[in-house]
Amino acid sequence: MVAGSRRETEMPDDSNAKSMSIIVTKGTLDWAYPPFILATTAAAMGLEVTMFFTFYGLTLLKKDLNLKINPLGNAAMEMPMGGGHMAMPNILAAMPGATALTTAMMKNMMKKKGVASIEELRELAVEAEVKLIACQMTMDLFEYRKEDMIDGIALGGAATWVDAATRCGINLYI
Amino acid sequence: MADMVLDAKDLTCPLPILRAKKALKELAPGMILEVQATDPGAPRDFEAFCRTTGNDLVEQREDGGIYYFTIRHGG
Repeated sequence: MVAGSRRETEMPDDSNAKSMSIIVTKGTLDWAYPPFILATTAAAMGLEVTMFFTFYGLTLLKKDLNLKINPLGNAAMEMPMGGGHMAMPNILAAMPGATALTTAMMKNMMKKKGVASIEELRELAVEAEVKLIACQMTMDLFEYRKEDMIDGIALGGAATWVDAATRCGINLYI
Repeated sequence: MADMVLDAKDLTCPLPILRAKKALKELAPGMILEVQATDPGAPRDFEAFCRTTGNDLVEQREDGGIYYFTIRHGG
């Protein structure tokens, strides 16, 4: 009887999920995009969004964002060049200056194509009241201070995310 | 006739949607927003956005590589 009535009230229906959480574990320029694009879009579509930043993802909360990208070990990273695509051989990607060069090329290409900067997306996330939680353990591990981070973030641990996740219809790990 | 026109041309995902959301906030329920975009993913995205948010996608058309979306604010 009780089970029956529970099923009736908790049966998934066609209505949309109303909240989403994302665990953000990576902090390079390329990997910064998926979590911020999804978070801002979900917020714009009326979802309550929680982002939990841990390990390298934590750098995305720093006041001074200086995100970089290097193709080393990423054989799938090709840049459009002269009508085709070029991948940088690992031996070149390991040379001094390769990170700065690749980062500059990527940022230039993004600007030309009208892709939002991470700074802009992060601002939009804050504006849309996306909850930003920094992993306390990682803060301690990497010796970040709360003053290094943008205003308005909360500190928390695994339990904080699990608690949020139990109330979210969509939970992502990026 | 639109109550507001949003120029989202030359912007890529997710900016047209984010700008549209911001623009809709300025409009009262029932008012009309026209969005102009060039992102080829925009038609599918605006359909999804409107379906999820309860706004009414009254009309969409494409002319010379520019997509025009007429959205009635659902409130």
